Amino acid sequence: MSSPLDQVVRRPGEWLRGEGPMHEIVISTRIRLARNLRGFVFLSRADNELKAEIAETVSDAVRHAAGLKDWINVDVEALDELDRTLLVERHLISRQHAEGSGPRRVVFEASEAAAIMINEEDHLRIQVMRSGLQVEDAWQQIDGIDDALSEQLEYEFHPQYGYLTACPTNVGTGLRVSVMLHLPALRLTNELEKVGQAARDMKLAVRGLYGEGTEALGDFFQISNQITLGPSESDIIDDFSRKVIPKIVDYERAARDALLKSRPAALDDKVWRAVGLLKSARVISSSEAMQYLSHVRMGLHVGRLTSIDLQTLNELFLQVQPAHLQKLHGERLTGEQRSIERAAFIRARLSSN
Amino acid sequence: MALARCQRCKKAQATFHLTNIERNGEKVERHLCDRCAEEEGLLQTAKVTLDVNELLENFVSSSKASAELTNLVCEQCGISYVEFRNQGLLGCAHDYDAFKPHLERLLQRTHDNDTTHHGKVPKSAGNVHRPLQDLRRLKRMLEEAVAAEDYERAAELRDRIRALEQA
Repeated sequence: MSSPLDQVVRRPGEWLRGEGPMHEIVISTRIRLARNLRGFVFLSRADNELKAEIAETVSDAVRHAAGLKDWINVDVEALDELDRTLLVERHLISRQHAEGSGPRRVVFEASEAAAIMINEEDHLRIQVMRSGLQVEDAWQQIDGIDDALSEQLEYEFHPQYGYLTACPTNVGTGLRVSVMLHLPALRLTNELEKVGQAARDMKLAVRGLYGEGTEALGDFFQISNQITLGPSESDIIDDFSRKVIPKIVDYERAARDALLKSRPAALDDKVWRAVGLLKSARVISSSEAMQYLSHVRMGLHVGRLTSIDLQTLNELFLQVQPAHLQKLHGERLTGEQRSIERAAFIRARLSSN
Repeated sequence: MALARCQRCKKAQATFHLTNIERNGEKVERHLCDRCAEEEGLLQTAKVTLDVNELLENFVSSSKASAELTNLVCEQCGISYVEFRNQGLLGCAHDYDAFKPHLERLLQRTHDNDTTHHGKVPKSAGNVHRPLQDLRRLKRMLEEAVAAEDYERAAELRDRIRALEQA
């Protein structure tokens, strides 16, 4: 089961390892830009031959673009399902890209902080990831990548509508900012509605861990902008970095403080039951593991638990997922075998801690 | 005013007051309790996220009446407005102009009314050569010219490709 991805599986991407601003609540900041090449039809009208040509054109451009020469270029079409899922779990590609058809690629920075999906919904989907709340920093990098690529490629750009995209919901800036939040205390105190309200007020969407159409898993929520046409990139970024996210972070901090003050035993119970379960379970599903890891993470950040370090925890979040687990185990496993292997893996990681 | 009883179960207090205007213009009032209103499917929980497909659907059904809509086709990529409506994805950049009157309304609804881009502009929009992309485009045009047996054009394209490759 050797593949070009074998070496990436053992460590988490840099953005997950890091400890960016507000990382105790803000897991990550992701920015993506949708771009299409001038002179090529959009992908819904492209046959495989044209898709292959687009993939080659963009790959060439990346090889020649300033600062992108050492990026890793992976032929997603040639990967087996397990490796594709691995890339989804690492947020390097979307589910849609994994499950798509025809020639398609991903080119990414070795640190995994930046990636370009080729032939997803648009010809190019550039993305940059950061740990914690770093929208401005992420924008600086993606803006530079976009500039470097536009020296090599000519994008579809409309005088009124800006960057043209296959779906009119992305047109204009082509910019989607997604901030992933860990909100266990708001869930425990039944105050998640506040998050929904804060997001709605700014016309932002709330989703689960892997973006569109996914459920919130283990108290993780993703907030992203819906409007891409009209406001400038810095308007959109400002809404996140100055308005919405700090507000939600304050709500979660207040909820954590309230729990610590008024119901410390209930809070400890959640945290220590989770520790107990993770250290004892013999069969555990990935959603169950995520839920308990989520409670452990909260315990760590409110100072009720010091015996597990953040890095181990961050690695576990990634490695308990189906594709990572199977890669680490070295062979394919059925759902039931995975749950057994997952429980054993977690026990081993936590007992040495 | 006395508290009204639910007209359906005749037991609980009516909290749901509905006025329907019938086809003949007659007003019909109904008073229901929460439970009966829910059982009749009148209470719906609000959705948190904006559903793009639903937006598209609503938009399209509201303009379904216009007959020219069904015949609207982009001459560049061949996609019809109806196809776009069904798949939610456009076929090429030209669609934005070809479908403009209809798209404009959709864009207003999805993007909070402002349909003019105020953001970034490509660093060198339109006035710089991108050799790699030009080369590929020319090669594609050459293949097409050969397939169409337009050898005069093919020769001209071949020369331009050579010139680019040497540069």
